[in-house]
Amino acid sequence: MSAGWSWYVILLVVSNIIGCTALLWWTSKKAKGNEGTSHIWDGDITEYDKPLPRWWINLFYITIVFSIAYMFWYGGFGSYNGFSSWTSQSEHATQKAAGDARLAEAFRPYDGKPIDELARDAQAVALGRSIFTNQCATCHGSAGQGAIGYPNLTDTVWHWGGTPADILQTVLHGRNAVMPSWSEALTAMGGANAVEDVTTYVLWMTDPSLAATNGDAIARGRGLYANVCAACHGADGKGMTALGAPDLTDDYWLYGRSRAAIREGIERGRNGSMPAQEGLLGETRSRLAAAYVWTLSQQ
Amino acid sequence: MTAASAEFYNDKVVRQFTIMTVVWGVIGMAVGVLIAAQLYWPSLNFDVPWLSYGRLRPLHTNGVIFAFGVCGMFATSLYVVQRTCHVRLISDKLAAFVFWGWQVVLVAAVISLPMGFTQAKEYAELEWPIDLLITAVWVSYAVLFFGTIAKRRVQHIYVANWFFGAYIIGTGMLHVVNSIAIPAGFMKSYPVYSGAVDAMVQWWYGHNAVAMVLTVGFLAMMYYFVPKQAGRPIYSYRLSIVHFWALIAVYMWAGPHHLHYTALPDWVQSVGMVFSLILLAPSWGGAMNGVMTLSGVWHKLRTDPILKFLIVSLSFYMMSTFEGPMMSIKTVNSLSHYTDWTIGHVHAGALGWVAMITIGSIYSLLPRLLGLNQMYSVKWIDTHFWLHTLGVVLYIAAMWIAGVMQGLMWRATNADGTLTYSFVESLSATYPYYLVRFGGGVVILGGMCLMAVNMIKTFQMAKSTAPQPVLTPDPAQARA
Ligand code: HEC
Ligand code: HEC
Ligand code: HEM
Ligand code: HEM
Repeated sequence: MSAGWSWYVILLVVSNIIGCTALLWWTSKKAKGNEGTSHIWDGDITEYDKPLPRWWINLFYITIVFSIAYMFWYGGFGSYNGFSSWTSQSEHATQKAAGDARLAEAFRPYDGKPIDELARDAQAVALGRSIFTNQCATCHGSAGQGAIGYPNLTDTVWHWGGTPADILQTVLHGRNAVMPSWSEALTAMGGANAVEDVTTYVLWMTDPSLAATNGDAIARGRGLYANVCAACHGADGKGMTALGAPDLTDDYWLYGRSRAAIREGIERGRNGSMPAQEGLLGETRSRLAAAYVWTLSQQ
Repeated sequence: MTAASAEFYNDKVVRQFTIMTVVWGVIGMAVGVLIAAQLYWPSLNFDVPWLSYGRLRPLHTNGVIFAFGVCGMFATSLYVVQRTCHVRLISDKLAAFVFWGWQVVLVAAVISLPMGFTQAKEYAELEWPIDLLITAVWVSYAVLFFGTIAKRRVQHIYVANWFFGAYIIGTGMLHVVNSIAIPAGFMKSYPVYSGAVDAMVQWWYGHNAVAMVLTVGFLAMMYYFVPKQAGRPIYSYRLSIVHFWALIAVYMWAGPHHLHYTALPDWVQSVGMVFSLILLAPSWGGAMNGVMTLSGVWHKLRTDPILKFLIVSLSFYMMSTFEGPMMSIKTVNSLSHYTDWTIGHVHAGALGWVAMITIGSIYSLLPRLLGLNQMYSVKWIDTHFWLHTLGVVLYIAAMWIAGVMQGLMWRATNADGTLTYSFVESLSATYPYYLVRFGGGVVILGGMCLMAVNMIKTFQMAKSTAPQPVLTPDPAQARA
């Protein structure tokens, strides 16, 4: 703040406070006189001029005195910083340093411990759970049950692998699933109905009864699948955890099981992103969260 | 102006605004009840964008403040300024423009807010074409009001008119400064301010909307209808002076208490906090002037439900203006901010103070306006009083408990530094209180509907609404 602004602020603040004080002083000293004004409005509206109640005057003065003292101590008169040199940043920094030190102490016992060992330690799991509800529940649900686009972490289906090491990798460094849009490539290869045919084929993998009515489409879809999709989802449709490409035969659908949802994925692509946690939580707390997640599927 | 029309008050515009006060009160509060229900049963938006919470919430706030509250202010200010200046409004045409112009603004709000048009500034959501119309109506209102004051037949300007005047000037200034924006299409604009300055301007506006509209404006109402209804002189003229000027001077500074612990510089937050504390005494000054006016006639409270409305509203006013300065203290605000405590505070002021003083004043005004002794049913007024009081108590008690609980749950940490409760846990702990709040809202809305019926019956009772002659001022008071 430039000196000019600072003085402007000081002037406004001070003149306001002085103004209030003067007004109060003047009206509280005003002669008692007779107790009414002689004004009359609208036939019957009149006024007394009773003195101000003492407690009220005192209350007013106390707030004024407190305010002046507060601004001398904490600042408020323009760029003047106050006796205490308090700033909200310094208060935050002190509190954060104290908190960080306490936390480092609390988590030290778990540094570098393997996931399966942590999973057997009830206290570690409890910690993992509270980290999860704070940090992960917004996306994965408060019980890890997932939602459309956000995987259920309580079952045995893993797109990126379900071993302790896989899960730790997922949590620490995040995962970015890349399933490009296939509508152009498919249409070029198999004509206008290609997307529809592949969709039918994908559905058939979990619902063989479709063969009875959609034999031709499935046959066309099978060819396209082998050409385009098998590279990632595998010739048998069992997926590939290295790429996060889901198993298409297990009837677990991250983006919904309806025909429309599956078709939309093939047509427009899917790009699920699990954010890396190491930078946010640090190594040890990510590890605890991963251990908790692992226990969910071990019951 | 013809000689004949100068003999009578212009009560047409007052009648129109009175009716609309009640109509908008029912609508605005019905929307309040709906959003209260949506917080409990989220599916009540039926997946229709028009009915989504984010669009209906500003409809509620605009509906209760600018439709219900401000129509009440128009009705009472245009009534009171004529009665206490002993003169007819200076222009019937301007009065009609103010009425119809304002209704157009409100209808435009009812249409555009659910459609999703918004400037995303709280209490200033309406887009620029509507803002321009508001400005035109408001300037006309100022001309009408101050023109009438200038032509008054008495020497002294009654204290209610100081407050009405401050409300008109203050609101106009706030609206214009906060709404300056660059249009980018028919219903789209960008504010000229950005960053922390934008936030500060918005809450300078937001807080002074509370000050100039919800406080100063309704104190004006109080200054006429309390002495009138009680038949007693105002308690203290000098108290009026000191608390009026202190309120005007100090309120303007308190806005930063809405932005504690934000990017606003520390010194601004501190100034906002201390001026909020200084506000306590001047606020209570107004309430005291009203309450003490009743001394000597306390027994009337037993028989006159209108006085009950007026006096209980002042108690809520004292309560919320005590609570407000406390919430302005940074340490307290760090608990209360973002919680339902704020919502409780808002409605202690809005439902307890603003709505009750308005309802009481309308009950007092309407029979006078229609040349009757009283409303169609005084018993219904009493029922309305109890319904409203019960509803407000349910509402704010629920929000206080919920708010403090949320604040404590959000800040609770485990020894390991993690939060003890997830956000969802605090939300599910709040659910029962949302149900209680909804119940309170239904009861209040019931009271408003009863008021509407009472109003219709009262209009039916008054078959002809003969114009009322301008009262000749007391000779000692008259102005040359
Ligand atoms: C480059 C590798 C790759 C290719 C080629 C590929 N996919 Fe995918 N697919 C993925 C990945 C990775 C995902 C997971 C996307 C996510 O999690 O956001 C996925 C997801 C899907 C899903 C959604 C599964 C669910 O659980 O909701 C379907 C269906 C699907 N692919 C079908 C196909 C079909 C059909 C083809 C061939 C036309 C194909 N994919 C080709 C990588 C691939
Ligand atoms: C911003 C949302 C978000 C947050 C926060 C988040 N995740 Fe995820 N997570 C995802 C998404 C999306 C995926 C799926 C990625 C994909 O499409 O394959 C995922 C995938 C995972 C997987 C792999 C599932 C599988 O099938 O292999 C694990 C394990 C996981 N998350 C654990 C966590 C943990 C533990 C946390 C908290 C420390 C967390 N996530 C926080 C969005 C999130
Ligand atoms: C039947 C009566 C009422 C009910 C049920 C009701 C309900 C609500 C609800 C549910 C909210 C939203 C709270 C949130 O977002 O958590 C709200 C906000 C609000 N209401 Fe009401 N309301 C009522 C009457 C009034 C009246 C009469 C006024 C003003 C005169 C008013 C002024 C406000 C304001 C200013 C807000 C915004 C508060 C903020 O942003 O902090 N309400 N109301
Ligand atoms: C001395 C008087 C008052 C002071 C100092 C005061 C102070 C406060 C404070 C500190 C907040 C909370 C800000 C936050 O944490 O976000 C607040 C919110 C609010 N107050 Fe008051 N208050 C006062 C009187 C009133 C009255 C009489 C009303 C009347 C209706 C009122 C209406 C509101 C509203 C509507 C909000 C919510 C603003 C929002 O966030 O949308 N206040 N007030």
